[in-house]
Amino acid sequence: MNADYSIIGIFLLIGVGFVLVTFLIAGLLRPHRPGKVKLQSYECGEPSIGSSWIQYNVGYYIFALIFVIFDVEVVFLFPWAVAFRKLGLFALVEMFIFLAILIFGLVYAWKKGALRWV
Amino acid sequence: MLEFDKVMLELYGFLAAWCAARSIPLIWLDLTVMIIAGLIMIGVLSLAALFLVWWERKVSAHLQDRLGPMRTGTHGVLQTLADGIKLLQKEDIVPSAADKRVYFWAPVVAFVAAYLAYIVIPFGKGLIARDLNIGILYIIAITSFTVISLLMAGWASNNKYALLGGMRSAAQIVSYEVPLTISVLGAVMLAGSLSMVDIVEAQGPYFWKWYWLPQILGFGIYFISATAEANRTPFDLPEAEQELVAGFNVEYSGMKFAMFFLAEFVNMFTISAIATTLFLGGWQPPLPGLAFIPSWIWFMGKTLFLVFVLMWFRWTYPRLRVDQLMNFAWKFLLPLAFLNLILTGLGVYFFG
Repeated sequence: MNADYSIIGIFLLIGVGFVLVTFLIAGLLRPHRPGKVKLQSYECGEPSIGSSWIQYNVGYYIFALIFVIFDVEVVFLFPWAVAFRKLGLFALVEMFIFLAILIFGLVYAWKKGALRWV
Repeated sequence: MLEFDKVMLELYGFLAAWCAARSIPLIWLDLTVMIIAGLIMIGVLSLAALFLVWWERKVSAHLQDRLGPMRTGTHGVLQTLADGIKLLQKEDIVPSAADKRVYFWAPVVAFVAAYLAYIVIPFGKGLIARDLNIGILYIIAITSFTVISLLMAGWASNNKYALLGGMRSAAQIVSYEVPLTISVLGAVMLAGSLSMVDIVEAQGPYFWKWYWLPQILGFGIYFISATAEANRTPFDLPEAEQELVAGFNVEYSGMKFAMFFLAEFVNMFTISAIATTLFLGGWQPPLPGLAFIPSWIWFMGKTLFLVFVLMWFRWTYPRLRVDQLMNFAWKFLLPLAFLNLILTGLGVYFFG
């Protein structure tokens, strides 16, 4: 057991540093000859029509919303999963009620057609 | 046999005394130890990725009755190294329409997100960078950053294929994240701890006491969801070569592409390592009599076996359609994961 999280910051710096150093070494070794045609967006040889930064299919958006709801609620289950042996029957029943609400939410989204891919 | 963690403690005690004699603050020693651990982990991961790329090519080849790379070194063992040196010299092409800053940082985020998970993965008895008390929750949090890097790459490239690939992988990873998190909870409930070392030690050195047996449902859900998280076949829609040419990384070249490639193989190793830790007893031998074989060999053996299973999947199952993919996550795996959670709760309460 250790609650000292400083190592995460150090690993973060080492990880970023490793990638940047690799890019630097590659930058010293590789050629650099950009051209107008070479820097075009790749679209199987055809000239690209319009930007791809456009408004996008709402189907992805609904899945993202459902994900946020479920993922946040699942985080509440973590403390319970660690401690429920000590908490006994009360915590078990209480968490089943919580799970029932979660499952009800899933069934609701399902019946509303939010899980249908369009 | 020498116990690795005891040797490390002895060495640390010796160095601490050495520092105290020269009145150097202990924080510098701790800092040095952490930096060395980080550098060792970079080395281990680079070697593992070099090996896994070669292995993937060999396994694919032999499953298809081919030989695979044979020319560079014995049975092509140096092939990945040669490929890496080639990629190092490749021109770095940044499309003029791209968002340059986001385009640059996306591979950095991809690699760092994959690398940070290795703080808490126990490679053997005492072979762990830092046994954080939130272990598995930390891994789930850190590996979620992969989605951000894929979205960054897809969006910044300003390429239609890249954007489609990035969006698809975001939708897919986000969907499979939920059953994955819930299936991990089963092992946490049995062990009563989030720390990776505690979970391994709770399983003990008997293979029938490991959590794959009481958590057979959870293990299945975890492994399927993790395959989807790592964008492996049959869930490789974001990279579908035949329809999206390569998905989110189509505009990337040279070392930036290599970073995405490296991160992908590191992620593959990560999900197998987590599955080994949670469900296959981590570094524990299958029988107490086999404890004379060092613990890290058991860990690597189990993990590499699971990696092999992932490669086997790739040449066995055809790719799913995108609506099947989403239905499978939300309408099948998620209810099943809830069922597993309820059954585990009841089981631990009445029998545990």
